[in-house]
Amino acid sequence: MYDLIIFFTLLGLGYTFGRMAEAKHFKAIIEREKQNQQLLTFSERFPPAGIGPVNSELVGGNVVISVDYFKRVAAGLRGIVGGRVRAYESLLERARREAILRMKEEAKAKGASMVVNVKLETASITKGQKQQVGSVEVYAYGTALIPITV
Amino acid sequence: MIISNIEILPGKRISKHLGLVQGSTVRTKHVGRDLMAGLKNIFGGELLGYTELLQDARKEATERMVRQAEAIGANAVINVRFSTSSIAAGAAELFVYGTAVIIE
Repeated sequence: MYDLIIFFTLLGLGYTFGRMAEAKHFKAIIEREKQNQQLLTFSERFPPAGIGPVNSELVGGNVVISVDYFKRVAAGLRGIVGGRVRAYESLLERARREAILRMKEEAKAKGASMVVNVKLETASITKGQKQQVGSVEVYAYGTALIPITV
Repeated sequence: MIISNIEILPGKRISKHLGLVQGSTVRTKHVGRDLMAGLKNIFGGELLGYTELLQDARKEATERMVRQAEAIGANAVINVRFSTSSIAAGAAELFVYGTAVIIE
């Protein structure tokens, strides 16, 4: 009986705070993406032709985001019937966009005009009980091209 | 030391390739952080402790790679790649490798 109460409390807490945190995070991401729109990122391996003299430097950004209790349960249930796991999709999307933003911010601080050869690396760093995903890490890195001002 | 993850260095000429250099570090979380992470696993959100931990670990791995490159007389490392592998529960290896080169 107590177990059940604890379970539903955790579920409720996870749902409320998890949703709030996610909504807040997405809002912040959209805002910051607008601010950093001028800085272009490419997954191309080489810089576009005719960009003039530049210095290059490695930049990167990482983030670790944890799933909340509700999402874990929802994903567990989804595991029974199969199909899209929305709970994890939004988690990964958040993590990727945040990592790219952090990389862009580092590049911007260094005065870069663009970032080329952006690579994304995802790792699930902790596994909870029953080998479920606890939290994911996303690392985004690329080469920032910093124009040389003469 | 210039580090880049593309194969060329814009505006510079590579005069010599010196081969692969690498750096790695294995890190594990500590109990305090783990406790906080446990709480966060209920509420969701960013695990700042882990973010910093991994960032530091990457920096260290990169430094090791740079030291190795310096030891063989390189002044730049190109085509750098990062990779992560979890080797045991709670421990992760961060690995970085690239090609050491001499630029003019």
